[in-house]
Amino acid sequence: MTVAEPGLTPGFPDLSGVPVARRSHWGRWTAAAVIILVLLALVRAFAHGQIDWAVVGQFLTVPVILTGIVNTVIMSVLAMALGILLGVIVAVMRLSPNPVLSYCAAFYTWLFRGTPVILQLLLWFNLALVFPTIGIPGIWSGRAVDIMTPFLSALLGLGINQGAYTSEVMRAGILSVDAGQHEAAQAIGMGRLRALRRIILPQAMRVVIPPLGNEFIGMIKTTSLASVIQYPEVLHNAENIYYANSRVIELLIVAGFWYLVVVSILSPFQHLLEKRFARGTQVMTR
Amino acid sequence: MSKPLLAIRDVTKTFGTYQALRGVSLDVWQGEVLCLIGGSGSGKTTLLRCVNQIIQPDGGGIWLDEDLLGRRQDGGKLHRLSERDIARQRLKTGMVFQRFNLFPHLTALGNVMEGPVQVQRRDTGSARADAMDLLSRVGLADKAGNYPAQLSGGQQQRVAIARALAMRPKLMLFDEPTSALDPELVGEVLTVMRELAKSGMTMMVVTHELGFAREVADNVAFMDAGMIVEYGPPAQILGTPRQKRTQDFLSAVIS
Repeated sequence: MTVAEPGLTPGFPDLSGVPVARRSHWGRWTAAAVIILVLLALVRAFAHGQIDWAVVGQFLTVPVILTGIVNTVIMSVLAMALGILLGVIVAVMRLSPNPVLSYCAAFYTWLFRGTPVILQLLLWFNLALVFPTIGIPGIWSGRAVDIMTPFLSALLGLGINQGAYTSEVMRAGILSVDAGQHEAAQAIGMGRLRALRRIILPQAMRVVIPPLGNEFIGMIKTTSLASVIQYPEVLHNAENIYYANSRVIELLIVAGFWYLVVVSILSPFQHLLEKRFARGTQVMTR
Repeated sequence: MSKPLLAIRDVTKTFGTYQALRGVSLDVWQGEVLCLIGGSGSGKTTLLRCVNQIIQPDGGGIWLDEDLLGRRQDGGKLHRLSERDIARQRLKTGMVFQRFNLFPHLTALGNVMEGPVQVQRRDTGSARADAMDLLSRVGLADKAGNYPAQLSGGQQQRVAIARALAMRPKLMLFDEPTSALDPELVGEVLTVMRELAKSGMTMMVVTHELGFAREVADNVAFMDAGMIVEYGPPAQILGTPRQKRTQDFLSAVIS
């Protein structure tokens, strides 16, 4: 019991030493029970359904599927890299005081966000129908059918499309940096581009990494569209197998399994990147 | 005849329909400390930002070291200088901002070294040694590895002063350097500025710290409505102002 301070109004009970009762989480228990029941029913349905799980296990690690998933990863990484490169350039152009550059950037974003990516892939793959030979006049040229392989068509189609989306993410990141940072960079004699590279973009990265991680996960799955132009990614290869043996569901499960594996591996990488670019903002202790 | 380090002549600036500067003229001599005082919206910050070319004046001219800022006279016309030339002119001035504007992704040392290494292309080793010297001059040698978020406002502002000094400017510009600070942190920043003035640095200071102006300034300019209303030694401007507007401002600030 504490003695009341002089001058305080009496009549309020002393609560020190009174234990706090634990809350009973009825909602959580009910929800858990319902979900477990539903899951059990689902597992039972799939176990008794027309799925031959032995076939799933058999095809999970066959070379064709493994090559497919490696191709998926390669294409995702390269197309995303191209997308980020284009995205940064286009975002900077969009924010440029030069109206010509700014409108060009806006046009690019409008064009490639406004058409389906599968249509763009088909266009690149069929470029030979428009331009039988392509190249740099007087220096080098070749037949478009030979140059626009499924790989290159997929890379250009996916990368350029991604660039349009990434440019908006980058623009948001650049705009999120305080105007005072531009002024401080100018005050120590930096030009626009150096300030961008040294001061603005490193700070923008903190903001853009979560949405870019999102875009990258989207890209891994969008590469499956490249199956329509014969790029041998995992879904394309799985389809080829089930065209031969008719085990459609089993092979789709195999492909789905590998997509989940790749996406799961990525999350820790994103976390590492976020930590790297959060330097100076995480530690708020004095 | 010798010329002032900074000469401002008939500078005007309009934002939309708002006339921020209505013909300001001023001389700042080598080694002089000039304090600009006045109410908010009087144009003192705008004037300082014109000297640092964060904004370009509409009319008039500013000469630093007899070099016309931002423009080049050619064939009876004024041409805007290129981005690169403006950046080079900016190296002669160091700017300290009200809200510090330290680079949050760099340490205190990184902030001070950024300009010398990236812009002046100086060798990293000697730039680091100089930066450490400057940090100890502002009393922060032990905070060199800290990020801005780990420093108090007063410490951040002292790093910002070191960052500006690292470019070896001829003229230091201070834009209300203590206005964003907690009252108990104002003193440490003013001490650094006092030391800097004593070392002979030419300084142009926009401030509300009349005590600092009285003690350190060689001249004080009182601005109101985009014009310099009264100019002279601090004892006269702050002690026995002649203009009604100066008297009103001072009595409002002191009471």
